[in-house]
Amino acid sequence: MVAGRPSADIDHAAIYAGAIDCDLHPALPGMQVLLPYLDDYWREMVSVRALDRLNLTLTSYPQNAPLSCRPDWKPEGTAKPGASLEAMQSHVLDRYQPRFGILNCLYGAQVMHSEDMAAVFCRATNDWIRDEWLSRDPRLRASIVIPAHNTELAVAEIERRADDPRFVQVLMLVSGEVTLGRRQLWPIYQAAERLGLPIGVHAGSAYRYAPTAVGWPSYYVEDYVAQSSAFENQLQSLISEGVFTKFPGLKLVAIESGLTWLSGFIWRADKTWKGVRAEVPWVTRAPSKIIRDHVRFTVQPIDAPDELAALMRLIEHLESDELFLFSTDYPHWQFDGDDALPTGLSETVRRKILCGNALATYPRLAAANSAMEVNA
Amino acid sequence: MARHVVATVDDIAPGQRKLVHVQGRDIGIFNVGGEFFAIANRCPHEGASLCKGRVVGLVESSEPGSYQLSRPGEMVRCPWHGWEFDLRTGKSWCDPLRTKVRAFDLKVEEGAALVEETLLRAETFPVSIERQYVVIEV
Amino acid sequence: MSTLELDRGRPAEAKLRVIDCDIHPAMNAWTEVHPYLAKKWIEHLTIYGSHLRHAFSEALTHPRMSPDAARVDAYPDEGGPPGSSLALMRSQHLDANGVAFGMLIPLRWNPGSQRNLDFGVALTQAMNTWQVERWVKNEPRLRASILIAQEDTVGSVAEIKARASDPNFTQILLLPRTDEPLGRRRYWPIFEAAERNNLPIAVHVGGTNGHPSTGGGWPSYYMEEHHAVAETMQSVLSSLVFEGVFERFPGLRVVIMEGGLGWIPSFSARMDKHWSRLRSEVPHLKRSPSEYIREHVWFTTQPMEEPGRASQLIDLFDRIGWDRLLFSTDYPHWDFDDPRHAFKAPLSEAQRAQLLYGNAQAFYGIG
Repeated sequence: MVAGRPSADIDHAAIYAGAIDCDLHPALPGMQVLLPYLDDYWREMVSVRALDRLNLTLTSYPQNAPLSCRPDWKPEGTAKPGASLEAMQSHVLDRYQPRFGILNCLYGAQVMHSEDMAAVFCRATNDWIRDEWLSRDPRLRASIVIPAHNTELAVAEIERRADDPRFVQVLMLVSGEVTLGRRQLWPIYQAAERLGLPIGVHAGSAYRYAPTAVGWPSYYVEDYVAQSSAFENQLQSLISEGVFTKFPGLKLVAIESGLTWLSGFIWRADKTWKGVRAEVPWVTRAPSKIIRDHVRFTVQPIDAPDELAALMRLIEHLESDELFLFSTDYPHWQFDGDDALPTGLSETVRRKILCGNALATYPRLAAANSAMEVNA
Repeated sequence: MARHVVATVDDIAPGQRKLVHVQGRDIGIFNVGGEFFAIANRCPHEGASLCKGRVVGLVESSEPGSYQLSRPGEMVRCPWHGWEFDLRTGKSWCDPLRTKVRAFDLKVEEGAALVEETLLRAETFPVSIERQYVVIEV
Repeated sequence: MSTLELDRGRPAEAKLRVIDCDIHPAMNAWTEVHPYLAKKWIEHLTIYGSHLRHAFSEALTHPRMSPDAARVDAYPDEGGPPGSSLALMRSQHLDANGVAFGMLIPLRWNPGSQRNLDFGVALTQAMNTWQVERWVKNEPRLRASILIAQEDTVGSVAEIKARASDPNFTQILLLPRTDEPLGRRRYWPIFEAAERNNLPIAVHVGGTNGHPSTGGGWPSYYMEEHHAVAETMQSVLSSLVFEGVFERFPGLRVVIMEGGLGWIPSFSARMDKHWSRLRSEVPHLKRSPSEYIREHVWFTTQPMEEPGRASQLIDLFDRIGWDRLLFSTDYPHWDFDDPRHAFKAPLSEAQRAQLLYGNAQAFYGIG
């Protein structure tokens, strides 16, 4: 359980004001909201095939599972958690007063097998996010949802959003159709690097394969726990395949990964590299150094009984306090009350986690921030 | 520091190596295409005998998917974990500053010159003027 | 570190006394196991051979960086692969490294993963006899592991029953890459037999189950594959815990072999954290995951972690629990750990003795 102090007496706005919340989950109330963004053929398909009656709840996030929504963030009736901007404002945006919040929309569109269907619905989702979220709250920014299994269509979608500075990142699931470092995905990374967009890799699976190397676990809790293992595997892929050698300007953000696995990861990865380097000679530096330069991690959840000690340990092991990005993971239930970040951090580290590290990671946020400060 | 004769040139064919014991140290003498190098035999990682490792070229890459092999035979891979050491300098590839073995100064000398040298230790080798010898400084 | 530092790390006077929980014996050729196979299986082995869930019947599809995945200096003069010569194993390892007891873990060629279950059962039976006849009878320091064709639980339980009272065997070997995660109920008869016979289960890296090494596809490189064994063991541990194996078999002990150590505290904490939210899904768990791990699971030490600072290694051991760690070398594999130099941190004599000998002595009830 998260160790939390009673927060009733804490001025919650003061703690997090000006932060950048790097993981917020807006939910589509239903496919009907996408209809205005579809052409005639797809609108007809939705109708004829009753696509809008499909329950696109992700196996990665069963709607009513405790993790999917904190009890006090649950909407009334049958509405979906995260579907209401007003609720998000009340629960986190107006309460904590971040200067920016990044929306990572997890919807079924990304994982449809049909590449065209996935692309069309990703495009519609991004349009909907733009109109119903970004345009209604100036603090909000968003990740571009893409059909990663067709890189041409994915790149087209990224290009389509390039001129809208409110899209600040490209969103991918940690477990897709191919390991994330594979060369067939490189056009996505190339476009992202060129446009100054980090790749946001979020927990979640397209379930093209068993979620673990040992097969299909019985329980949801096992699947969710396995997400951190997935991040380890995919980070090793990105490093081994030389993605950061090929795209030296690329940044990657691991979102909702659990964090504390990182220590064991770098020890093993660095040691392995020394012995097998000749297999992947484009990996010219230890993995831990590559991570320090290229990879960032959103904070929630922190997989540890003592979150402060865990963060301090990670900072020591990674020899950097620049890797961690504040996040609430709203509306997922990762912390109680207002304990989105443990108390006890030094002011320097706290400011970096709350804001500075995200500004250094997201060029479009930094640009917007500068503009705001000029105009202030 | 003293100079020690450790082998004749013919003892170690190109591509081969020889383990010698000098002043309490185990030292590997390697012949790389006629050029000789000497490094301490013990891998600093867990103590494996480097003399038993594979001698390899230097593998580098300009970008993923490209492989460049140069300096054939100038690197030795520790026989255990495969860490690569530069025979010329004793430095590991991955961590040249902190992970290294000592490289010893080595010369090939004519027997005729050696027989004149009063400071030379040649316990195991009667030096004859017709041959060439590997001499290291320890 | 320089050679000088390595010298300083060496214990000055201590006589090395080690229980090595992971040694890999090898055959010179399949014919070595023929004496222990029925004729029909000799024919089958010769004609059809190994039949696994990947592209090669014997070779690995991520070739290793060292031949035979072994130390380059472990080839016997008389020929044969590393691990095939008892004489060399003695001189190079058992004698040289003070090994008082060594646990044999035969791996080639994945007998537990053979798709033909009858063949797998026959092969594991034969290799169990081979371990005793070829190795344990000739070298009193060695002990064998009961190999089983784990996808055939009936055949597996029969083999466990056949070997359980033979003191040459100290444990049952399972490979982690199974058809379904090991905690699933189909494997429970194996755990039942293990608990009933008071034999620990050793889960050693290996197996081919046809599932990609990651939930997001197959890795391209050995660098990834070698890393992925850690995540594989995480998944095994998760399954054993969340399926309630330790609740159902309170006497069961498991040792996870060659999976690395660095992930243990963080993964345990992750299991605890998310179980606390989702516990209504798994009401059969009466205690937290980390409590089950503390009581039922041990870990072999190779390949030893090498964090940036010695204090980080000590901190890691503190958090795992010093009593959980069973020393292993993985002889003759390439990432072998030398008992003198494996621990990149200053250890007291008591700590060293505990890690190198005491924990395994208690775990296996030997020496």
